Amino acid sequence: MAIRGAAVWAFGALAAAVSAASADSFLLRNVDVYPVTSPPLKSASILVLNGKIAEIGAKIPAAKDIRVIDGKGLRAYPGLIDSGTELGLSEISDVRATVDTAELGVFMPQLRALVAVNPESEHFGVVRANGITAAVTFPALGEEHRTEHQIISGQAAVIHTDGWTWEEMEVKRAAALHLVFPALPRGQPRGFAEAKKTYSRQIQELAEFFAEARRYGAARAAGGAGFRPDRKLEALLPALEGKLPVAVTAEREPEIRAAIQFADEQKVRMILLEPRELGKTAAELKARHIPVVLGRTLELPLDEDAPYDSSFTLPAEAWRAGLTIAFGTFDNEFVRDLPYNAAAAAAYGLPYEEALKAMTINPARIWGVADQMGSIEKGKWADLMLVTGDPLETPTQVKALYIKGKAVDLNNRQTRLYEKYLNRP
Amino acid sequence: MKLLYGALALLLPVCAQTTLIRNATIYTVSHGTFKGSILVRGGKIVEVGEKVLPPPDAQIIDATGQYVIPGIIDCHTHIAVDGNVNETSVSVSSMVNIADVLDPEDPSIYRALAGGVTTANVLHGSANAIGGQTVVVKLRWGKSAREMLFEGATPGIKFALGENPKRRGNPPESDGAPARYPATRMGIEDTIREAFNQAKAYKAEWDDYHAAVERGRPPLPPRKDLKLEALKEVLEGKRYVHVHCYRADEILMILRLADEYGFKVRTLQHALEGYKVAKEIAAHGAGASTFSDWWSYKVEAFDAIPYNAAVMHKKGVLVSLNSDDAELMRHLNTEAAKVMKYGGLTENEALAMVTLNPARQLGIENRVGSIDVGKDADFVIYDQPPLSNFAKVQKVLIDGRTYFDRDQDLITRRAKDLEKQKLLEKEKEGGD
Repeated sequence: MAIRGAAVWAFGALAAAVSAASADSFLLRNVDVYPVTSPPLKSASILVLNGKIAEIGAKIPAAKDIRVIDGKGLRAYPGLIDSGTELGLSEISDVRATVDTAELGVFMPQLRALVAVNPESEHFGVVRANGITAAVTFPALGEEHRTEHQIISGQAAVIHTDGWTWEEMEVKRAAALHLVFPALPRGQPRGFAEAKKTYSRQIQELAEFFAEARRYGAARAAGGAGFRPDRKLEALLPALEGKLPVAVTAEREPEIRAAIQFADEQKVRMILLEPRELGKTAAELKARHIPVVLGRTLELPLDEDAPYDSSFTLPAEAWRAGLTIAFGTFDNEFVRDLPYNAAAAAAYGLPYEEALKAMTINPARIWGVADQMGSIEKGKWADLMLVTGDPLETPTQVKALYIKGKAVDLNNRQTRLYEKYLNRP
Repeated sequence: MKLLYGALALLLPVCAQTTLIRNATIYTVSHGTFKGSILVRGGKIVEVGEKVLPPPDAQIIDATGQYVIPGIIDCHTHIAVDGNVNETSVSVSSMVNIADVLDPEDPSIYRALAGGVTTANVLHGSANAIGGQTVVVKLRWGKSAREMLFEGATPGIKFALGENPKRRGNPPESDGAPARYPATRMGIEDTIREAFNQAKAYKAEWDDYHAAVERGRPPLPPRKDLKLEALKEVLEGKRYVHVHCYRADEILMILRLADEYGFKVRTLQHALEGYKVAKEIAAHGAGASTFSDWWSYKVEAFDAIPYNAAVMHKKGVLVSLNSDDAELMRHLNTEAAKVMKYGGLTENEALAMVTLNPARQLGIENRVGSIDVGKDADFVIYDQPPLSNFAKVQKVLIDGRTYFDRDQDLITRRAKDLEKQKLLEKEKEGGD
């Protein structure tokens, strides 16, 4: 039984209906459908066959042996996608033994986040309970455990938030190469010269690493005697060939500008990660169709004298500049609050529909999985959440969640502790 | 940059003696929500109701379509503290006082104000089993440190249990620093117990002395000990104890220790496992001030559940939600909404967790925490219902005076920016 317990008590009738027939085929009826890529449909139906969305319509007749689920009073949205997490790789951020992000080494493009995803991580159950069905998981996001000057941390993967193994969770094993752009020295009058030297050296090493990979690619193509395979350089080739995007962490305008220039020179497909300001780089990003993954809206301003709401208005600023945006929470602890960060952006100027898109169809497109997820459309996985109201408002409850058409358990470590201690005599 | 913020405060209109906020949806928290008006005179609420006649001299704030709640109270913050919040050299640092290091020019004050916070409990960090003395402030941005102090609020003291105060007992080998006792939860209990034994003896000396004075034969007074003085005040019920804690075992430990020494724990701060011992907390009479949904950042936060506040509330504990963070502090209203999601509390119960409940925990509920006649005119005005993620703070009043006004901020930020550009140019011209 996939659905049980107090968390879905009001949804009991539905739970009872889930039985017999195949686990990933059903007809959902009487539900308000919010496909994201097309206008909402009042009291409509969604037919799911073998985990995929087969049909959406006002009335779909029930085939003889199909399981029918009544969604009366509920809304159906595509499951939410968090574009910046370390899900499966980091359990208790303070305890290194439970953290598998941030490997040693400066240039580590061969590392794959996917193979270190722990499906039993308690975080998965917690984020599913709030409608997160997929996430991009990175080999190193936080500062905490990153070795000094790490520049390429490895390959990020798109994963579903449920599955028995990481293979079953895999949506895309190599979604992007992660590059932490070297930070320009700032506000350090004493060590400035030293920091400037370090920066120049890092930029030079980065360029040299890419140049070496190009020479390696050419040598491999030439196939001459004495060619020796190199896994690091090999891992960089898809990025050089434009097959694998490079997700670049750059916080401030000067680094973003330098990163754009680097992407231009190297002719790589760039995705900008977690900028804290855009300024004049917005136009440059727009001109190159570089998508932007924004961090949490609910953040402090970057500088002491910045407007108090500068983090709140950044998503609207990016959207007005014509950029394609997605949201990431960049901390496993806050993944479940993804929709509230989108809502805060909507409060400060981002159109509501765009806020919703930035957690669904936009990330699906940015990470190259829009054929599989990101909206309620025929042919995509049935990654669906059934909710009691606007998912961007906190009191709204997630009543059911489907990943690849399978009902997912909404219970987790926290609901279990809740029930246990609520009932303590 | 701080100068610029100061200039902003001066630009805000000085409020008239009498102010009427009208046509608002008013969340009193104490007696329901309705459409109506609030009359303010001399910084106090003099009338609240569906119909309030405007006196001829009243400044009018038209809040048509807007929503008013009592000023938000944050029971746990470290903003406005100059320098380090931890005196890490000793395990008992009850001699140090936040009042001595209040920084009224910290921009975090303005940002928190812009998030609707009007009153805050400012504490030291959690590096010591017994930390320093705490103060309650109003976020009167632009005023001096002294003028920020909440008049008449009972001062407090911070205690800390668990991983943080243990940390100095287990320094990393690379650190080279000598270990500081204690290194375990056992040692933390022992440290607090030892301090209170000393405090009891110290109090007895003073009690004897005062008795002797009463009898008319005053001996030499005992030597004043600033460390024990604060703990003596705890034993006398003159100073509130705010205990940083996570795990159920340590919560129980401090409650039993307090019972034994005859003082009350005023609030358990964080108390992330409070839901496991809610019954015992309620029986002791301690309040609990917790996060809405933080978890997993350390081992002792791994059993944290977002239902914590709701469970404790249902089991009779006075619960508030705090920030402990300059960013979280800016949206405690939407943090409060999480107790509706996790645990099914009502809108009013949720709102009380960031207004009336923390006011009661800090013993200032006769002054703030709800919209009632006689209380201070501390309000937040929103453009949307206050627990909505789409709500933006429009105005914040403290003592009837407008301390934050979004429209004013949007106007003055341009002037600020110009001023900054000019200063930067001047700096360039000046060379150094």
